[in-house]
Parts: sequence; C-alpha cells; structure tokens
Amino acid sequence: MAAPLVRMRNIHKAFGPVKVLEGVDFELLAGEVHALMGENGAGKSTLMKILTGIYAPDEGSIEVDGQPVSITSPADAEKYGIAIIHQELNLIPSLSIADNLFLGREVHRFGLLNRKAMDTRAKEWLTRVGMTKLDPTTLVERLSVGQQQMVEIARALGQKARVLIMDEPTAALTESETTTLFKLIRELREQGTGIVYVSHRMEEIFALCDRISILRDGQFVGTRDVPGLAFDEVVKMMVGRTLDARYPTRTPKIGDVRLKVEHITGGMVQDISFDLHAGEVLGVAGLLGAGRTEMARLLFGLDKLESGKVTLDGHAVTPKTPTEAIHAGFGFVTEDRKAQGLVLDLSLRENVSLPRVPAHAGLVDRGAEKKQTSGLIDALKIRTRDMELDVRALSGGNQQKVVLAKWLALKPRVLILDEPTRGVDVGGKAEIYHIINQLAETGVAILMISSELPEVLAMSDRILVMHEGHATALLDAHGATQEAVMTAATGGK
Amino acid sequence: MTLQMNWSRASTLLQRLGSVIGLVLLFIVLSVMSPDFLTTGNLLTVLRQVSINALIAFGMTFVILAGGIDLSVGAILAFTGAITAGLMASGHGMVLSVGAGLGLGLILGMVNGVLVSWGKVAPFIATLGTLTLLRGLTLSYTQGSPIPVTNQGFALVGGGYVANLVPLPVIWMFIAFIVCGFLLRGTVFGRHVVAIGGNEEAARLSGVRIAPMKVAIYGLSGLLSAFAGIVLTSRLYSAQATAGQGYELDAIAAVVLGGTSLAGGRGWLFGTLIGALLIGFLNNGLNLLGVSSFYQQVVKGIVILIAVLLDRRQ
Repeated sequence: MAAPLVRMRNIHKAFGPVKVLEGVDFELLAGEVHALMGENGAGKSTLMKILTGIYAPDEGSIEVDGQPVSITSPADAEKYGIAIIHQELNLIPSLSIADNLFLGREVHRFGLLNRKAMDTRAKEWLTRVGMTKLDPTTLVERLSVGQQQMVEIARALGQKARVLIMDEPTAALTESETTTLFKLIRELREQGTGIVYVSHRMEEIFALCDRISILRDGQFVGTRDVPGLAFDEVVKMMVGRTLDARYPTRTPKIGDVRLKVEHITGGMVQDISFDLHAGEVLGVAGLLGAGRTEMARLLFGLDKLESGKVTLDGHAVTPKTPTEAIHAGFGFVTEDRKAQGLVLDLSLRENVSLPRVPAHAGLVDRGAEKKQTSGLIDALKIRTRDMELDVRALSGGNQQKVVLAKWLALKPRVLILDEPTRGVDVGGKAEIYHIINQLAETGVAILMISSELPEVLAMSDRILVMHEGHATALLDAHGATQEAVMTAATGGK
Repeated sequence: MTLQMNWSRASTLLQRLGSVIGLVLLFIVLSVMSPDFLTTGNLLTVLRQVSINALIAFGMTFVILAGGIDLSVGAILAFTGAITAGLMASGHGMVLSVGAGLGLGLILGMVNGVLVSWGKVAPFIATLGTLTLLRGLTLSYTQGSPIPVTNQGFALVGGGYVANLVPLPVIWMFIAFIVCGFLLRGTVFGRHVVAIGGNEEAARLSGVRIAPMKVAIYGLSGLLSAFAGIVLTSRLYSAQATAGQGYELDAIAAVVLGGTSLAGGRGWLFGTLIGALLIGFLNNGLNLLGVSSFYQQVVKGIVILIAVLLDRRQ
C-alpha cells in the first residue's frame, strides 16, 4: 500500500496552560473522503489549522507522501497541495470570479494584467468543478453561496491542491447545491484527491465519507470505516456516553390560539396564513431562499408588512421595529448568532440582559442582573465558569444557549427560532431540544424554522412548508414523512 | 478554551494598563530631567491645559465606543464659545448665555446623530460636513475678530480657582469624568452604547433603539464640546473664531491612547483620562526640556503611533 497522502502523528498543541490537542493522530489517503468529527471545542479546527500552517504544533510530526515535512505557514501548506475551504468564504465580493481565482498570483506582464489569459484559465477551472455556465467576469457578489463555494474549490484545485479540507461546507447550501457539491466531491475522490470533511451532519457523513476520525477533548478517539458503522457508535465516541435519544420525547399540551397570522405579504413573502397555539411548536420547513427567515422578519417588525393581519392573544399587532415586537411579546432567536444574536466582546451577563437590562430609572441594577443571569445559566445548563466571561470564549452550543437565555429573560409569548441548532454539536443539540420542549410546556408558542428535516419532524407538532415565498403545505407532524415535506418544499404536489 | 480567554483577558488588562504605565514612566523621566516638572504649580497648570481636551475626549469616547467618530467637536467648541460670548456682549446675563451655549452644543451634536442614524451618512463624512459648516458660521458670526468677555462672573468659569490653588477647569474635568464614567458603567444608556459598537445588528434585534441612541450619543459629544468651548472662552477672556482647530484629533488621540478600540465596542473612560494626561504631560515635558515646538509634534506623533501599534490586537 502506498504511503498515505497526509499523516499527522502525535500532535500536541497548547495555548498557554490549555492543552487543546494531546497526542492526536490523523491519516488521509489519496482518493478518500475522511470525516473529522467531534463536539465543538474537541480540537478539530486546531488540528486543521496545524495542517494548513496557521498554527505550529508543540510536538508531533507531519508527513506528506511519506516524507516528513514542516508546515509553518499557509504558503508551505499550498506548496504541499493542502488547501482549506472555510465556512466563512474568503472571496472578495466586488471582484470578478477570475480576479478572485487569481488573487495574489495574477497573470501579468510588467504589472499589466493579462485578463484574457486569466479568463480563459478561469473558465477551465470552473469547468472542472462543473460550473460550466458561469462567466469568469461575473462579480462574485452576484453568486449564490453555493456558487461561491464552488469558486473557492476551483481556486484550490487551480493551485493544484491534492488535499482539500472542507469545514461545514453544506451549512449554507440549498438541497440542490448540496447535491452538486457531493457529486463534485465524489469526482475529486475518483481523481485521487484526499478530502477532509469537517461536519456535524451525520446523515451527510454517512452518505459521503469513507472513514471517520473522531476527536474528543483534544484526544484522538479513533478512526472507523463508514461501511458497517452504526450511527450510535459515532455519537458514543464523540460524547463519551450514550445519548438517551437524539430527540427527547414530547408531551405537548396545546392551548388556545395565541398567534393568528392572516394573509401576510411583504418582500418575497406571499400570502402566508397560519394559527399558532400556546404550547405548540410549529416547524417551518423549506429550502434555502424559500422565504422562511423573511417571514420571521416580517413578524418581528424588521421588514415592512405590506398587507395581512397578525393577531396576538386577540389583539392586532403590527410591530414596525424589533422594539415594538418585543413589547408585543415576540422573541427572535436569529439564524446567525455571531452576526445577529450576540455582542461577542460583551460578557455573558451583558448579552443576556441586552433586550431588557434590569434597571431603575435608567440605572442598572447589577444585583438583579446577576441573579437573573445565574438563574438562566442554571436553567439552560450553560457551561461557563463565570458570567463575566466574554461570550466569544464560549463554544457554539453554549453561545446558542446564551441567545436563548437572552429571550427567555423576557418571558416571550411567541418565540421564533431560526435554525436553533445550526453549528451546535450533538450533545448541545439534545439540550437545546430539551429547552424547546420545556418552553412549550410552559405555554410559549414556538415557531421553529429549520433546514434539518429530521429535527423538524421530531420536534414539531405541525409543520408549515414554504416554497418561493408561499406556504405549500401545513402538515400534522405525526405521520408526516421527509418525502412529503420535501415534495411540498420543492413546490411539488 | 475558557482558560485561553483568561489569557486574552489578562492581555487586555495589560493593554489597558499600558497607558497608565506609560504615564508613570513619563512622570519619572520628566521628574529626573527637569527640576521644574514636579512642582504643584506646574502640575496644576498642566491639568488645566488638559481639561479642555479631556472634556471633549470624554464625549468622543462614547462616540467611538459606539462605533462612530466625531470630527466636528472643535468646530462646535468654537461656535458655541462665540455664541456664548456674543450673547453676553449684547447684554444678556451669564446664566442665559451659558445655557444657550450648552443647549446649542447639544442640538448641534444631535444634528450629527440624525445625519448618521436617519440620514445613514458615514460618521466621518457627516461630522466633516458639520465641521466645515460650523467653521464658516463661526467666522461669519465673529467677522473674524475675537469677541471679548467683560462679564467678571463668567471669567471665573475658566479662570477661577478653588481654595486659591486648584483651577476650576480641573474641577470641571473631574466632575465630568465621574458623571460620564457613571453614565457608561452604571446606566442602561452606557450598556447600549457598548452593545451598538460591539454589534449593531445584534443590538437592534434585541430591541435597542439604534437611531435615538445615536442622536443621544452625538448629542452628548456636542454638549461636552460646548462645555469645553465655554470654559476655554472664559479662560481666554475672549471667543476666537479659530479656537479649537485640530482639537478633534487631540481628542481622538486621547481616546485611542487610552486603549479604546477605534472599531468600537471595547474601551473605558479612565483610559481616555490617562490618554489626555499623557498628551498634556508630554507637551509640558518637551516645553520644559526646551524642545522646539516643531519637534514636539514629531514626538507626539511617534508616541501615538507606538501606542496604537502596542494596542493592535492579534
């Protein structure tokens, strides 16, 4: 057997006194898709940053094609054909595809760009990733997220990458873009590229990957072949314990109609109607761009409601600003917690009390604020030593709980959750599901937007399916199937 | 992960203390090099000189913490100073004139806030516009010649002493420091200032009313600039159309030297006080050492650059 493409052995890395990696081994063969899994904070990104030269390991060795190498900068990584596709795409929106593909390695003569040569070659690279229809002179800002990702991959391939690291590549993709991406990944595998696939999405990993390596708390747990591997075993290796169930059982106590939405229209949202009862979880399913978030923004007063009527507990409400929506009794856990949910440089305490700071006549009541925060930290099992810690320091799951805590402090009557478990690890997900159930039991009406079908099916009482701004189905979650939801989400009957 | 953050916390503290350490070092060096430095008279004189910049810089701290910038502070200082002196010159009482000056500063600042929030103009451009406009208004109001102050009571605001020793402007500076410090740390307003600078979108989605907040923040900056203008006019016994030129840069320098991030969301008022003192003592020291005023600027520039380089976050 030939030497593996990459072999990392006994990698140690510490930041100050904190050991992030302790003796991790990782091996990538040519022509395999190798999943790297672990809870948030397990050390996956640190390991990949070492492989791409962003961090230097404290101990351990890296071999490429069986030869020991030293990778001390991203330029070194590029030299050995190692490229990473980041979750946050690294493209310059105001430049064209070709400009981006050749950024830093422009084809030129005496400083004058040779656009023609670059466009021709860009076209070849785009063809390699199956984007034959894209014109290399198109500005990147006009591309969808999925297309941008393809451009990133094209750039990596253009730089002769043999090792491609993908960090949650499908997080922002639509179903069809995901399909296209998987097709490309399989083709690259055929051509002998080694792909490291970092993701939390089990279904994808089982469908796509050949092997799985698992990290837990900076330790290497093991590598397994995917064929014949049980789902539960992976979870067990990741969390070090067996989870009772992925989705906690629910005992819905559904009350009266709390939120009545009638024919709301605004922006891309067209004529949506539904009732949401106290204690009910209404799942909102649909593909990316179906208008789910836009509908939530209408309800929360972020975008202009053009027509339609919203009634909350019998009173007509038409919030024009988030402030008014909050006063009316809405809470909104937004999709992107870093950009929209949290102030990363503020402490946990300050984030939790942001919507309503406990205060008398404008003066902050620090005692009440601390009491409220510690109560919520306990209730939501937020793992932190200290409520004064910047939320930047928390793991994804704990950050998401801080966002939830922020809204729970207000005791909302209607809570809108937009992708509540995105980027959260398995253990964290289970805890968030538990919190959602508890909230519903206390009578909060919950609108849960999610792109994870199993989640929507397991957590909801009913499911509203959207397609291109319209509601295409309102299903009873019991007895609904993934196929039925997908059919409605793609506009089929 | 969490411990890693402790490190960053420690380094933040170190960065913050950096300006304090710098000030202490400067003190030691100047004490050794000049016998005239460490005298009560000299120190109080410097504090009096610093007070004007500090008053402006306190307001600037709020603006910068909220992710903005206010270039119009020096122009507001000159205009409100001229109006206050002009009102008294035309026979109005001191209380009314000072009240009008302060009120005008507040309103001019709020205009900046309106331009930035509802007008969606970038703070740099909006306040550059009001700077130019106010400079022109001040010149036409004063016709380019100083307006003398004759009101003896008013002359005390900037020229008086407490216990025949401490200049009143120094007292104003410390009062403003305490009030603003409390405003920043102890009130919902202050919390929201930092939240807006840290992540405006998250603050908005949490129900923070961004536009009124910005109007209030720039209003506060305008108010403090007007206060500084009144103190300066009183101390100089006259309002000059060209007063306060370049003060916006000194104020920004004090804020940044104090460790407040120009990107917003991170900073503290104490640092601004230290930053203002650093600039003041540096000027004073260079004077005492007989360094030519041309080189003083060079040194000041170098100090600011070094401070910002040290402050650069990894």
